[in-house]
Amino acid sequence: MPGYILKRLLQAIPTLWIVITLSFFLMHLAPGGPFDGERQLPPEIEANLLATYHLDEPVWKQYLIYMGNLLQGDLGPSFKYKDFSVTELVAQGFPVSLELGLWAIGLALLIGLPLGVIAALKRNSTVDYLVMGAALAGVAIPNFVIAPLLALVFGVFLAWLPVGGWNDGQWQNLVLPVVALSIQQIAYIARMMRASMIEVLGSHFIRTARAKGLTEAEVIWRHALRPAMLPVVSYLGPAVAGIITGSVVIEQIFGIPGIGRYFVQAALNRDYTLVMGTVVFYGALIVLLNLLVDLTYSALDPQIRHDD
Amino acid sequence: MQQPLLEFDRLRVDFSLPGGTVTAVRDISFTVHEGETLALVGESGSGKSVSSTAAMGLLPDLARPSGAIRWHGGEGDEDLLTVAPGRLRRLRGNEISMIFQEPMTSLNPLHRVGRQIVEVLAKHTSLRGQAARARALELLEQVGIPEPARRIDSYPHELSGGQRQRVMIAMALACEPKLLIADEPTTALDVTVQAQILTLLEDLKQRYGMAILFITHDLGIVRHFADRVCVMRQGELVESGETAALFAAPRHDYTRMLIDAEPRGRKAPVAEDAPLLLEARDLRVRFPLGKRLFRPMEVFEAVRGIDLSIRRGQTVGIVGESGSGKSTLGRALLRLLESQGDIRFDDTALDGLDSTAMRPLRSRMQVVFQDPFGSLSPRMTVGEIIGEGLRVHAPALGRRERDARVQEALRDVALDPAMRRRYPHEFSGGQRQRIAIARALVLKPEFLLLDEPTSALDRSVQATVIALLRDLQARHGLTYLFISHDLAVVRALADSVVVMKDGAVIEQGDTETLFQAPREAYTRELMRAAFLDGEAA
Repeated sequence: MPGYILKRLLQAIPTLWIVITLSFFLMHLAPGGPFDGERQLPPEIEANLLATYHLDEPVWKQYLIYMGNLLQGDLGPSFKYKDFSVTELVAQGFPVSLELGLWAIGLALLIGLPLGVIAALKRNSTVDYLVMGAALAGVAIPNFVIAPLLALVFGVFLAWLPVGGWNDGQWQNLVLPVVALSIQQIAYIARMMRASMIEVLGSHFIRTARAKGLTEAEVIWRHALRPAMLPVVSYLGPAVAGIITGSVVIEQIFGIPGIGRYFVQAALNRDYTLVMGTVVFYGALIVLLNLLVDLTYSALDPQIRHDD
Repeated sequence: MQQPLLEFDRLRVDFSLPGGTVTAVRDISFTVHEGETLALVGESGSGKSVSSTAAMGLLPDLARPSGAIRWHGGEGDEDLLTVAPGRLRRLRGNEISMIFQEPMTSLNPLHRVGRQIVEVLAKHTSLRGQAARARALELLEQVGIPEPARRIDSYPHELSGGQRQRVMIAMALACEPKLLIADEPTTALDVTVQAQILTLLEDLKQRYGMAILFITHDLGIVRHFADRVCVMRQGELVESGETAALFAAPRHDYTRMLIDAEPRGRKAPVAEDAPLLLEARDLRVRFPLGKRLFRPMEVFEAVRGIDLSIRRGQTVGIVGESGSGKSTLGRALLRLLESQGDIRFDDTALDGLDSTAMRPLRSRMQVVFQDPFGSLSPRMTVGEIIGEGLRVHAPALGRRERDARVQEALRDVALDPAMRRRYPHEFSGGQRQRIAIARALVLKPEFLLLDEPTSALDRSVQATVIALLRDLQARHGLTYLFISHDLAVVRALADSVVVMKDGAVIEQGDTETLFQAPREAYTRELMRAAFLDGEAA
């Protein structure tokens, strides 16, 4: 097992390198730079600034400098938030994004799984059609449409919840962004769980379980649930990635000071180091989460063993 | 006469499907008595499995059973079709238990086998904890699992098919049932394993004094294990009686046809000086087992140095159990797999030829695979499937000539040429296998690799396909390499036989000599398992 983990981590290095390299050059292809403001800087000051951050060098040289610093764990200073390093900004924003993401994925599982199971058990009934219809809508409507609608209804018309802000993670501030972030995942998970549950219920070992004289509840609880959940577990990797990218939009809409918001601001400001810092961080996070998902999978399914 | 135990009284099972009602079982009546083995025999679609699952209350939701299935094992008579669900659950796994055709998938893959046995005990007996585990261990011992103390904590995927079926049997016997329903319990297993499982069932039946309702399509098993037989066809019970009497004097045409469908006859030998068509020397096939970090590549040798020669017009049979390397050998000979060693076809050395160099030879050596359902493209018409080879090997043919050849090939396999406009799903398994043969024949090959061509077919259909293969061989002077695990079929078709095990040849020789006087213990075991020993077939 430790050998397997090591192997996976080693395999992640080329992946991350490609992601970093591509983002770096793509970003520099975009027109403009970090110091193109509305107010034109005096030429000497701008030249000084560019020289300080090596922005006057050719791009390939900047790339080498950046990679050199990165290997030493230095993500560089932010160009826009001049008093902070990128590491500090990520460290500040991540706990907020993490809290949002955990709630969202938790809520998605808590609602999505039972909905899928119920739909599977009552398949081709009104309940099934209602759940699957709602799920289809959930998959189809993007979260940047849902989020403002939620804010409008619950924040403005009903005035039950704040339309935005973080307020140190008060629950009132959490509800709308978490719901907006999880709706799509609830829909995916419910659809997936339904399909997988129907398949498992038709399998031979379920017939065996019934032939043993177990009650229907025992058959479902002991024999059907765990195997039916396996595809959902392997979906959790992509789901977390979806929630992370989703949070970029949601944090912006609700004005939440997470990494996602920094990411958007940084991209608009051409804050090169901050963009790269978040890309590196997201990349590493997704690699780690996928590893975690695979380890969980092998814990649930004895047929999968990760040898060294 | 013993006491009646389970009585089917005018059982009828209808399936309400979107296209209308389909009747799977039509008013069948028969009775299983205490302590007897009753075989329910029939080909696929005869309704035999549906009848037995009805007794367990395990029919799919779409099924509408009527009539009655009376259980005499309890107090008073109960109709299993109308009994309260709770009562039915107390009978299932306890008084009536069932084992299935699919040992590979009938156990929960996520639970250890011990736990799955204990679950039945916990449900129906007062045994709990260590006592239940001890009983599970005892059961595993009784069903002959090697190292039961270790295996009790194994997961199903760590066991072979035969071992999994043993676990299923242990589970079924856990509560000492009065009736065991065995639905084709050995069909998915190798013949030697099949023989072991049947012997085990026989022993356990004596020991527990239970009755067995044995569902099968295999008359060999019926003849050796059943006290009485019921023959089903298209949902109807056509004949029943004592096993010996029924085999000696079948009254119904269908029963007679089933018995006659056992492969018969022998192949006429070819001239001794017939030229060699295919020859292999020290043929080896190796599969990499996957590379691991910092370690040399591990290799599995599936075929270990085999010599083989086939003369023009001959049929060489290759027999062996699953995993013996017989299909791998066949594919390597046709260069469908990479191999080491010399292969000569007619005057050409095949070894070392790449796929481009092989292409002109492909029309001369063709192949028919086992699965008539998977090996024909569902999106192409039968005419397109058969004609495709001609596009590659005879591109000069015009459309009309190609169509003529396709029609000729279809007539060759006794199918109506008009069928070429239809799609594979419209045909039965036997017809599809004929299409697969026509696809090979249209190129006018000299050599045909037949990889288990009849294994997926019912016995009666099998007989017609075998007759067809014989006829084609005689008419076109074909040479066959016939791969099969079915010794009866090989005996009827082959000039000589190669017995394979673990990638090597155990014994080979002239068919009659080999069947009359097998030299090796393994060959004898195979024959005993296939009920071919001491029987004038």
